[in-house]
Amino acid sequence: MTQHFPALLVTAPLLCALLVSIAGWLRPRLCLPIALVGLGVATLAATGMLAQVLTSGPIGYRLGGWDPPWGIYYFLDQLNAVVAAVVAWVALVNLAASHRAVQADYEDKQGPFYTLYVLAVTGLLGMVATGDAFNLYVLLEISSLTGYALIGLGPNRAPLSSLNYLFLGTIGASFYLLGVGYLYIVTGSLNMADLAELLKPLYGSLAVTTAFSLIVVGLWMKMAFFPLHAWLPNAYSQAPGPAASLLAPLMTKVMVYVMIRMMLSVFTVDFVGTQAVLQQAVGWLAVAAIVAGALFALAQRDLKRMLAYIVVGEVGYMVGGAWLGNRIGMTGAVLHLINDAVMTFCVFLAAGCIFQKIRGTAFEDLQGLFKKMPWTMAALAVGALAIIGVPPTCGFFSKWYLIRGGLEAGHWGFVCALLFSSLVNVVLFFRLFEIAFFEPMAEGNGHGDHHGHAPAVAIAEAPLSMLLPLMAAALGLVALGLATGPLVKYVITPVMPTGLW
Amino acid sequence: MDMAQYIPVLLTKYNYWVYITLMMIGLWAMIAKNNLVKKIIGMSIFQTAIILFYVSIGAKYGATIPILRHGHNGAHEAIRTVDYINPLPHVLMLTAIVVSVATLGVALALSIRIHRRHRTLEEDDILTQLREP
Amino acid sequence: MSLVHSIVPLLAVLVSLAALPGIILARGRPNLRETVTFAAAGLKLILVASLLPYLLNGQEVACDLVRVLPGAPLAFKVDAFGLLFALVSSSLWIVTSAYSIGYMRGLDEHSQTRYYCFFAVALSATIGVAFSANLFTLYLFYEMLSLATYPLVTHHQDAEARTSGRKYLFYIMGTSIGLALPAMIIAYQQAGTLAFSPAGFLAGKVSPLMAGVLLFMFIFGFAKAGMMPVHSWLPAAMVAPTPVSALLHAVAVVKVGVFCILRVITGVFGVGLLKSLDLGLAVAWVAAFTIIVASLIALSQDGLKRRLAFSTIGQLSYIVLGLALLSPKGMIGGSLHIAMHAFGKITLFMCAGAIFVATGKKNISEMTGIGKRMPWTMAAFLVGSLSVIGLPPAGGFISKWYLVLGCLQAGSIGLLVVLLVSSLLNAAYFLPIVYRAYFKPPSEAAWLEGRHEGPAAAWVPPLITAACSLILFFYPQPFLRLAQMAVAGLGGGQ
Repeated sequence: MTQHFPALLVTAPLLCALLVSIAGWLRPRLCLPIALVGLGVATLAATGMLAQVLTSGPIGYRLGGWDPPWGIYYFLDQLNAVVAAVVAWVALVNLAASHRAVQADYEDKQGPFYTLYVLAVTGLLGMVATGDAFNLYVLLEISSLTGYALIGLGPNRAPLSSLNYLFLGTIGASFYLLGVGYLYIVTGSLNMADLAELLKPLYGSLAVTTAFSLIVVGLWMKMAFFPLHAWLPNAYSQAPGPAASLLAPLMTKVMVYVMIRMMLSVFTVDFVGTQAVLQQAVGWLAVAAIVAGALFALAQRDLKRMLAYIVVGEVGYMVGGAWLGNRIGMTGAVLHLINDAVMTFCVFLAAGCIFQKIRGTAFEDLQGLFKKMPWTMAALAVGALAIIGVPPTCGFFSKWYLIRGGLEAGHWGFVCALLFSSLVNVVLFFRLFEIAFFEPMAEGNGHGDHHGHAPAVAIAEAPLSMLLPLMAAALGLVALGLATGPLVKYVITPVMPTGLW
Repeated sequence: MDMAQYIPVLLTKYNYWVYITLMMIGLWAMIAKNNLVKKIIGMSIFQTAIILFYVSIGAKYGATIPILRHGHNGAHEAIRTVDYINPLPHVLMLTAIVVSVATLGVALALSIRIHRRHRTLEEDDILTQLREP
Repeated sequence: MSLVHSIVPLLAVLVSLAALPGIILARGRPNLRETVTFAAAGLKLILVASLLPYLLNGQEVACDLVRVLPGAPLAFKVDAFGLLFALVSSSLWIVTSAYSIGYMRGLDEHSQTRYYCFFAVALSATIGVAFSANLFTLYLFYEMLSLATYPLVTHHQDAEARTSGRKYLFYIMGTSIGLALPAMIIAYQQAGTLAFSPAGFLAGKVSPLMAGVLLFMFIFGFAKAGMMPVHSWLPAAMVAPTPVSALLHAVAVVKVGVFCILRVITGVFGVGLLKSLDLGLAVAWVAAFTIIVASLIALSQDGLKRRLAFSTIGQLSYIVLGLALLSPKGMIGGSLHIAMHAFGKITLFMCAGAIFVATGKKNISEMTGIGKRMPWTMAAFLVGSLSVIGLPPAGGFISKWYLVLGCLQAGSIGLLVVLLVSSLLNAAYFLPIVYRAYFKPPSEAAWLEGRHEGPAAAWVPPLITAACSLILFFYPQPFLRLAQMAVAGLGGGQ
């Protein structure tokens, strides 16, 4: 059983997606339980594999028994084992929280929703686990297509935003495919480990550089790296709650993972190190992404849109860290990848809870929310602290490594951008908290009359089925933060290539 | 490498030029067209260009499909790899075609949804509608 | 110095956090809720005090928690400096809790449960800062304190509170993220560790220029210390309910800022390094500037709490100045002043609050003759003033005496003059209040009707702290002993 975990990771949710879609026709009430079982098995497999990888080293798995490099090979080392575990857990917890919101937002389309949901997670998990460059493309498209549909099922603008996302996403995926094509031309292989070996003598080749550029640009489009981010804010802010809290934390993060995997395991840091101009350019693009994300977020007057732009900035953190060209920066990027998945999840889920209760996330709607939804707001506050980077939440520690990486590389622009974005995040969230805390204004202005009770607002919290997962996410942020030491030592350091200092 | 070296590369690899031209046509349609269905058509052209690229890299002059013929007496004929084309890119493209058809399907479904809501597929008109609450 | 491993420091930090569920669950029953607060406060003091014997025996108490970052685990280590500060904060929490009841109920404030919760969190953070073994742990609790005090500062939830809260966050979070955090990371990058050591973990690891830059990044980064020009959050924070101003903005929060600077001087750079680069003197002059300017501004303030706030800014810089002198006597004076000023200033704030509860007056000009109505409160006010000015028979005299000796020891006559001039200014902004209260004819007819001091819970606590101030003059233990031990433990200082 345990040796088939890698297959289970993908096949269990895939089969369940089929069952869910059948159940959608026959017994819609069974959709959620079946989906939960599918993702539960995948989560179990992911967690089991993480434990396995940590105790006895990387796992390889030949799909269908075909040997690499001909067959599709799943390969899990510490890096993707932990990413897979995070993806599976976030998806599972979000699914558990989705029940009421799906009833409200998708009404008669529960069957399709859960089918798409499980398929999207299948794609994400597969992308993380696969060791085959073309298989990755297929899985990428599975998760993207289901993602478009999940967003497109939303109200108002959502179909149009989703279609725009589809256009850009398809261009991105096509670029990736093209890049893989070039790699195939020069090496005749699609297996990542095989590619890494075969590419070594070819580092000077223009074709390899072209392939690398195409792949990286394609991935940037998919992860919404500034200035290719245009699709993200609309898509994520108009997606219905459960879809947004699935895609926003996971989609971009998995794409960042793929980029890092390409940089570390396919092209290797020796090759990336030779692309000095590109490295410089990406460093400054990351700075631009962070600053632009922060400034755009400042201009928003809606919680979900603000969060979407924060995601744009966060992508800049990770891309920048990965391209600093040193071990600490890369450590920071990987750490932030894990942390950001959980913290984005936490804040989007909180936004989902708020939407569930007051049917809106515009700033004006948030008045008096600390009174009305104290627990949701507490969780949002914890998420905010993580995004700002206040210890002991996990955001602090990844920022710590990223800033250190920037210092090590002498990239002051990146360091300043990170600090700037932290400060802007303080403004962003406390501006929102001010509205939720002070408004509607108490009677009197503090002078003389100190009896100014705020108008009595009854507590009207989100349903417990949403609140408990939200609390789990918020606690997870602190737990992840305190686990930084082992995480870096046992998970991230072993996968850092020796060529990286 | 100076320019002189590039010229034969440019001429012999004409398949690259074809796919790049097709890609650019598709990209142009996606960016410049106002009608959503035209954009979708552009997207299809874009994806097809890449499929053609893959198909062309597997092709070889004077070679045949890689099906090995076994002798009736059990002895294998000597296999000369130059006689066979590389089937893998073609097989991959079967998957890619499926993906692109699926993408097309999702895109069309979305555009139907948009049309139902806005009674138009011109992006400008939709945006104007969205701006007026 | 031998090290004892114990879980007590952790418990001392956590006990007020552990009280949170109790406070929240008892939200419907105020008496029970306040009992929980008292229990936590009492337990905290007992736990902190139980560490005293170890310290007096020349031992230090350590407690390692989680290895989050290599060289910078989440860890506690109690040394004499830390215990001195923790004792002051935890003992005053009890008094302030009693006072809170009088004040909050006297004014029928809203959201009292929230108030007590965040108060408890703030105290946890304060003790956390005091016991931090390294800069990372210190920063963690520093930020926790910043955030926990925000809802307290903005308790009234009106427009003024919102503006002040914004200013508070802007200064406190802005400096800690913009200056202290990068300074800490750069220091870590240079030294590979953040653990405080008597010789300073940066000693021998940084160039003189970088040391100077880092030092000032730290000093202004920990804006809670109120060094000019990052002081103006403190007067703004006076919008908070008075118990908050009393405990947090005279004792816990501001002293945390100063304590951070103390750690930076003694644990990060080390006395030796600063001496060799003459950086102590630079800091001392920034402090001196703050002392004089803050005192001058205080003279012109009519709002009693605002005057006290500016006085606090000045007094905080006394502490910084004492530490920056880098002479043993000066450092003893500086650390002793943490305690002495705390008892003095909390008395003053609580008096201001008691006056507000009893009469609704906030401005000094409206308090003419108030001594007739509130003789005990004003007596406490007098003692508090004497202590802050530094006159016998109040505790403040002792710390200022050491500061003067420290100036002489450091051979800095200029700073000595600053201290003396400032003491005159202190007298000039405090004593007129007392004079006006007792010796001028009352401005309000009602005040002639005799003594009426408002709820006992509002005016007894200042009397207690005032009495403590007097006692500390005659018997300044254990604070003086701890300060002496702490400074002796620095080695390089002697």
